[in-house]
Amino acid sequence: LGLGAAFLTIMPLRANAAAEDAIAAFTGGADVADGGVTLTAPEIAENGNTVPIEVSAPGAASILIVAAGNPEPGVATFNFGPLAAAQAASTRIRLAGTQDVIAVAKMADGSFAKASATVKVTIGGCGG
Amino acid sequence: GNWARLAAQQSLSQDQLLEFETFGNISLIHVTDIHAQLKPIYFREPEINLGIGDARGQMPHVTGAAFRKAYGIEDGSPSAYALTYNDFAALAKTYGRVGGLDRVSTVINAIRADRPDALLLDGGDTWHGSYTCYQTAGQDMVNVMNALKPDAMTFHWEFTLGSDRVNEIVEGLPFAALGQNIFDAEWDEPAELFKPYKFFDRGGAKVAVIGQAFPYMPIANPGWMFPEYSFGIRDENMQAMVDEVRDAGADVVVVLSHNGFDVDKKMAGRVQGIDVILSGHTHDALPEPVLVGKTHIIASGSNGKFVSRVDLDVRDGQMMGLKHKLIPIFSDVIAPDPAITALIDEQRAPYETTLREVIGKTDSLLYRRGNFNGTWDDLICDALLSEREADIAMSPGVRWGPSILPGQEITREDIWNVTSMTYPNAYRTEMTGEFIHVILEDVGDNLFNPDPYYQQGGDMVRVGGLGYRIDVTKPQGQRISEMTLLKTGEPIDPSKTYVVAGWASVNEGTEGPPVWDVVENHIRNLGTVTVQENTSVDVVGA
Amino acid sequence: MASGVKPRVKVPKTAAAGEAITIKTLISHKMESGQRKDKEGNVIPRSIINRFTCEFNGEMVIDVTMEPAISTNPYFQFEATVPEAGEFVFTWYDDDGSVYDEKKTIEIA
Ligand SMILES: [Mn+2]
Ligand SMILES: [Mn+2]
Repeated sequence: LGLGAAFLTIMPLRANAAAEDAIAAFTGGADVADGGVTLTAPEIAENGNTVPIEVSAPGAASILIVAAGNPEPGVATFNFGPLAAAQAASTRIRLAGTQDVIAVAKMADGSFAKASATVKVTIGGCGG
Repeated sequence: GNWARLAAQQSLSQDQLLEFETFGNISLIHVTDIHAQLKPIYFREPEINLGIGDARGQMPHVTGAAFRKAYGIEDGSPSAYALTYNDFAALAKTYGRVGGLDRVSTVINAIRADRPDALLLDGGDTWHGSYTCYQTAGQDMVNVMNALKPDAMTFHWEFTLGSDRVNEIVEGLPFAALGQNIFDAEWDEPAELFKPYKFFDRGGAKVAVIGQAFPYMPIANPGWMFPEYSFGIRDENMQAMVDEVRDAGADVVVVLSHNGFDVDKKMAGRVQGIDVILSGHTHDALPEPVLVGKTHIIASGSNGKFVSRVDLDVRDGQMMGLKHKLIPIFSDVIAPDPAITALIDEQRAPYETTLREVIGKTDSLLYRRGNFNGTWDDLICDALLSEREADIAMSPGVRWGPSILPGQEITREDIWNVTSMTYPNAYRTEMTGEFIHVILEDVGDNLFNPDPYYQQGGDMVRVGGLGYRIDVTKPQGQRISEMTLLKTGEPIDPSKTYVVAGWASVNEGTEGPPVWDVVENHIRNLGTVTVQENTSVDVVGA
Repeated sequence: MASGVKPRVKVPKTAAAGEAITIKTLISHKMESGQRKDKEGNVIPRSIINRFTCEFNGEMVIDVTMEPAISTNPYFQFEATVPEAGEFVFTWYDDDGSVYDEKKTIEIA
């Protein structure tokens, strides 16, 4: 049980409008299909300030990562060059609370696909 | 009554407890969650253990009469005493204490007499939970466990000794320290000190034992004490390890797990090729394996109260059969192994006078095990309220800690058995009503989220001075309502500030006296403890 | 230039021609988000690494644009194809205009 965690938002954060805007800016408003993207994130973050995520979208030109519940939802955009052996990457991100992380991939043919994962950020404590 | 005692004497013998017709070609011996209980103790099993979603009404979320019915256990029988909570104090007088690592040793020796190369596997939460374990930074447990000659171990509370101490002990362990999910946090690579698995050649077969440490260590416990390590469930890596050991010729795959039972069940459904999961962390004791697909999950209790024997028939790279017995360690029935008794006494000798000091007496049964407050929790919360002059008390929902019978004296050792930890400071702080609600919702979701992978395997935070209603079927944010400040009977005001005392904060730099001093002072002041029935939590949807 | 910024990379020393290898990179950087306030209540200005690139013999492997939601000490893991012997160049671009780089050669075995 965490004392002094009062600054952390604990309730699940809903996707804010800025997240939709960030995705729309990336896709130009095009349709986004489900499938073709794999986003791996922990069910529960060990530390909301450094949450490991891994994204993979075979054949993608670029992948946008959005933390839908953060006040500033943008996280990163991965652009893959000709020497990328896989259209995949891992990094660590900050999450202001429990929320969905969304990955949107721009495929080589200009189409878009996405995946999302819910990451719980908890004040923790207790245990068996 | 007299009849029960007579029946008990007739029906209980060491031979009977150990009776087991050796089966197949491999034997596994599983102990887990000993929580540093070297000596015999009393331990009451839970009354409330709710399963949510798919786990509703499924083992191990069945207690009392329903549990006895499910396994054909007679009321008042030794099994009823060992596995269920009803009539605990009376049955404890009939059947006596349980556990003691010298008795556990006798059982291990007996199994090894049948099968000399039986594998002894320790599921962790071993180097934590007593006065001597705290004072020796785990050395007492390491010394005694080493004498039992385990073959492998995995981990949870051990890490709260701090990574320097854990590393120091693990480097000197004469057996395998396993955890496929123990990673170096900086580079996200398997931690060098902990191997994912170990092979054992047994009965003409190749046995792979894969370790799975507690996945949520830095969340449930202070991550700042072991910042170099990262954990997690890591299903994909578990599958990769199962595939790797199979490719390397494993005939049978055993996972030594500290996931907690429901997480193990889910993992068994997602990772293909595990034959046996030896489950730990949630302290469940089940007399039969639970089968998920082809995976057998074994739950062996806690506090040294049980040993599981699992015999396997493995031929041509396949497990053809399994035979299991959950052996209750009735301390008055199983003869202690004198060598281990001497070793235990040696660990305790420097502290014996301090351990035995009588602090008070109890009129009530003191226990802690169940989703909501037990009487030990109520006593600790009362101590925090009065000693720290608080409106509300919070105590962690841990599952360890032996029980004390009505009429028994409470010694310093007894207090430490339910409070010992490396972050014991009893803080006193102000929290808004809204934040208290957030905490209850947060912990509630760690327990009652329908997806086991979002659970941490603890119990609900225990509260004093506060009443509330919980609907376990609702999502996070909607479970907790009707929060009431008990001393005034008024509803908790979200914007008002309350003085809250608690302990076991995972935050670095928490200040306050160690909780064992707080509890000791309180019991001293009371002289004799009487815990009133606690009706302040209204559980809905169970 | 921000102080104490130190890049580290893990690249295998050798690869077969055309092989895919895993690369890991870390750079010590506080990644000040621009959303925190100091004790006086003033916003601490944003100061982050905003771009990271990896090139091999002048050809792009990965080019990442970063926002303040990337954690302290940015970490990346990705895969590169190694067509021939040569040099990886890793470059981190700081908000304050600083550019940090690190180079690793790889042989064909
Ligand atoms: Mn435990
Ligand atoms: Mn545990």
